[in-house]
Amino acid sequence: MINIFIENDLGERQALEVPTDMGFNLMEILKAYEYDIQATCGGMALCATCHIEVLGGGEKLPECNDQELDTLDTLPNADGNSRLSCQLRPSDEMDGLVFRLKALQEA
Amino acid sequence: MIHTDICIIGAGPVGLFAVFEAGLLKMRCHLIDALPVVGGQLAEIYPQKPIYDIPGAPAIIAEDLVNNLMKQIEEFKPGFTLGERVEALEKQDDGSYIVRTNEGTDVHCQVVVIAAGLGSFEPRKPAVEQLEYFEGKGVHYMVKKPEQFRGRNVVLAGGGDSALDWTIFLADIASRVTLVHRGDTFRGAPDSAEKVYDLAGKGKIDLILQAQVNKLGGNGVLKEVSILGNDKSITTIPTDDFIPLFGLSPKLGPIADWNLGVEKSAVIVDTFDYSTNVERIYAIGDINTYPGKLKLILCGFHEAAIMMQSAFKYVYPDQKLSFKYTTVNGVNPF
Repeated sequence: MINIFIENDLGERQALEVPTDMGFNLMEILKAYEYDIQATCGGMALCATCHIEVLGGGEKLPECNDQELDTLDTLPNADGNSRLSCQLRPSDEMDGLVFRLKALQEA
Repeated sequence: MIHTDICIIGAGPVGLFAVFEAGLLKMRCHLIDALPVVGGQLAEIYPQKPIYDIPGAPAIIAEDLVNNLMKQIEEFKPGFTLGERVEALEKQDDGSYIVRTNEGTDVHCQVVVIAAGLGSFEPRKPAVEQLEYFEGKGVHYMVKKPEQFRGRNVVLAGGGDSALDWTIFLADIASRVTLVHRGDTFRGAPDSAEKVYDLAGKGKIDLILQAQVNKLGGNGVLKEVSILGNDKSITTIPTDDFIPLFGLSPKLGPIADWNLGVEKSAVIVDTFDYSTNVERIYAIGDINTYPGKLKLILCGFHEAAIMMQSAFKYVYPDQKLSFKYTTVNGVNPF
């Protein structure tokens, strides 16, 4: 179990307890916590509706694969800290990281 | 005015199969979709992905499933209005409905079926000052008729396949094409990226990387775009048209205003017949919700079959419905 933080537009952070051994990706975790992200494509890195921003420490995460980069490239407001949460598998390296849910602003 | 028995909003897999189930009961269908093609998410998001949970098809490519469904319903001659978004529903005195699109197409029907998936796919709009003001005055979110750009100065923005493809295509048509991309490389479609670099190298287009359009200017019509570099530099270039291409994203849209029970962007239905709280309006596929809902194509197919049995009474109020297997009766085309 690790802890991550979700920061809202007001800068407030909510801590989430995230299991690392249950085979969920981060998008599925966010949905389980009832964040209203669409995740239209269900985790294929094709729709970009689970877009998140990593606030520091992003280099600890595994690099994007081509599909994820390709899809991020189609977004108007993605930047170097953008990721698709469906492509991230919670691991010890993710412990303590802070994310912002860009997908909520884009919906 | 188009007259039909059943108007289906959404031409994804479930909307298409609903035509078949309606056809078996001799009910005619007309489908409306905001996308210019049939297939919904299968066409727009994952045309080349294999699907493994369609009964009887161990693995089928999404695009092939759509083609097969089109073949399966061909005999029931459905009508299609594509590239238009449903804006309004008007209830008539006799209980029937007129469904109206954003382009003024009217469909008169006895029953409305919402098979709209996650809503209608609409262009993602970048944060650019004055963008909405210049819509229809030089701002385009898709290229419908390339010829309209002949001899004009065009600025495109985006880094995905469609931005690359249209840059290449318009290079031969427009008088000047400029592509603005936030990144310093293009990840998708290496072939297209290569061509764009090549055109830029030969001076046939202007490629502006690590920058984004941040402001539009003009006097009634678009005259210039302002481009903000990642290094904070600002450049203004004259243009006739601005085409931001940042993909499509689904929106529930006007469905939210039809007095239907809605929960978390989905329409609440009764699992007895997938009817909504409004008589003669049904919802099937990913757009609906009920206890135990699974967003699977195969569940949508089931919902379509049940739903059409219930809709029969509105189309043929004087007839009694008797259920027949296709193995007994075959498929009788219109």
